[in-house]
Amino acid sequence: MTADIISQKINERFGDRILKSDRRSAKRLYVDVYPKEIVDITRFLFKELGLRFNIASCVDDFDGIEILYHFAYDPSAVIVTVRVIIKDKENPRIDTITTVTRSAWWIEREMHELFGVGFDGNEDMRPLLLPDDWPKGVYPMRKSFVVPRRDSRKS
Amino acid sequence: MNNKTTIPIGPYHPLQEEPEFWKLIVDGEKVIDVDVRIGYNHRGIEKISESKSFDQSIFIVERICGICSSSHPIACCEAIEDICGIEVPERARFIRTITQELERIHSHLLWLGLAGHFIGYNTVFMWSWKYREPICDIMETITGNRQNYGMHKVGGVRRDIEREHVSYILTRLDEFLKQLDMLKGAVLDDPVLHARLKGIGVLSREAAIDYAALGPTARASGVDIDVRRDHPYAAYDRVKFKVITQTEGDVFAKAVVRILEMFESAGIVRQCLDMMKEGPVDSKPKDIAPGEGIGVIEAPRGECFHYIKCDGTNSPVRHKIRAPTYMNFPTFRETVIGETVSDATIIMAAIDPCYCCTERMMVVDGSDKELMRAQEMIRLSQEKTKALRARMGMK
Repeated sequence: MTADIISQKINERFGDRILKSDRRSAKRLYVDVYPKEIVDITRFLFKELGLRFNIASCVDDFDGIEILYHFAYDPSAVIVTVRVIIKDKENPRIDTITTVTRSAWWIEREMHELFGVGFDGNEDMRPLLLPDDWPKGVYPMRKSFVVPRRDSRKS
Repeated sequence: MNNKTTIPIGPYHPLQEEPEFWKLIVDGEKVIDVDVRIGYNHRGIEKISESKSFDQSIFIVERICGICSSSHPIACCEAIEDICGIEVPERARFIRTITQELERIHSHLLWLGLAGHFIGYNTVFMWSWKYREPICDIMETITGNRQNYGMHKVGGVRRDIEREHVSYILTRLDEFLKQLDMLKGAVLDDPVLHARLKGIGVLSREAAIDYAALGPTARASGVDIDVRRDHPYAAYDRVKFKVITQTEGDVFAKAVVRILEMFESAGIVRQCLDMMKEGPVDSKPKDIAPGEGIGVIEAPRGECFHYIKCDGTNSPVRHKIRAPTYMNFPTFRETVIGETVSDATIIMAAIDPCYCCTERMMVVDGSDKELMRAQEMIRLSQEKTKALRARMGMK
């Protein structure tokens, strides 16, 4: 399956549920969907087309919290990136994809603690990278997070 | 009566280069549950990278790992080059391939040595670390450094391979292959190792796919993936090599994959040196256009993934880094549960987690604190091998 065929298959299945489909090169395909579609499209890509889940990248951007789910189709060197934008920056929430693949277990925990994204249906939201005494509600990978200055007068 | 015992291992652990915390729940000898806590070494490199220029980012990612100090920079360069289609000169592609393969050899030898130590084969440990030295020497010849090469940049590499060094590299490589052949025989033909490592820590093919396991961990379970062949980068579309796969998914299969891969790597280095033509090694790109790019490469432990989003300034808006161990790690839930404590050590080591050795590990019994230190765990593992040898009538 080339990038074009994958793009065509996604379009056939999801039709107007796809906001934008952008084939940037023979190796890279970017598909934008609404956050509510993520479980369906993940199931389609991972289970039906047999793509491998690379990872998800979370970006704190102007329009909201953007999550990019990267999937690789190894036989023809294509990386499909599914982009969702969660408008609500205060309390971003999206459905978990760990119900489809356990490979998203850690990355959802990571996005939860670093970006403050809630994953509905994922029970395991314990901290992964940050220390246990990290203050609640402070998300270090948000653009609004500035590394606080250290007061050298205190020991 | 509750027979469950919790074994906390870490945060400093003899198998890992970096600190982390394991909790093994055991019932007698059997491991019935396992949990892991990482993050003791979280340095926020993704955040730091956002405040650095693209040139500096490469240096930062080189310092993510002391072993993969060629994989991360190449993945980062590939991602930046993917943003606006920067061409890399052919000679630079070959040099990238050579550093990648040499890195794979020395990383696999490092693992083989540690694995040998944990099951009481200290000769294997001494040998493989000794034979790793010439590879580091070759690296030093090419890049100027044994580790942290400072070799890669967007659009090419920083140093060319001198013509007079080629014969030196080939000679050392030939010597190394003879030693590797001997090592291969010593490890793969040893009946005790067969008995000790076969059938433990099995990762099924289905689980490997579901967890999206990568590299040798996946290939030992029969998942035929290799970024070098599937998503060719650098000069991998020009060289011939076999992707080694096994179907068993146990610790032995993972060892076989790694050992045989080293031969392929040496072959790739030879082909590259043979095919390389004189030419520029750097296309000297000036600006990075706004956009986003993905770089994937095959690090010794599996696919290394970098995503970079750029807004046209000199530093990334977002730099996502996913090292292979991140995906291989959670497969522990599949492999360790149901095994014995004396096997847990080698199963944990089998995915080649990107961490090294410090020696604080203890077993705590629920009520009264019984301590089991790292040496104790390794001793358990080594004793099992010894008993096995005795049973098989070997000294």
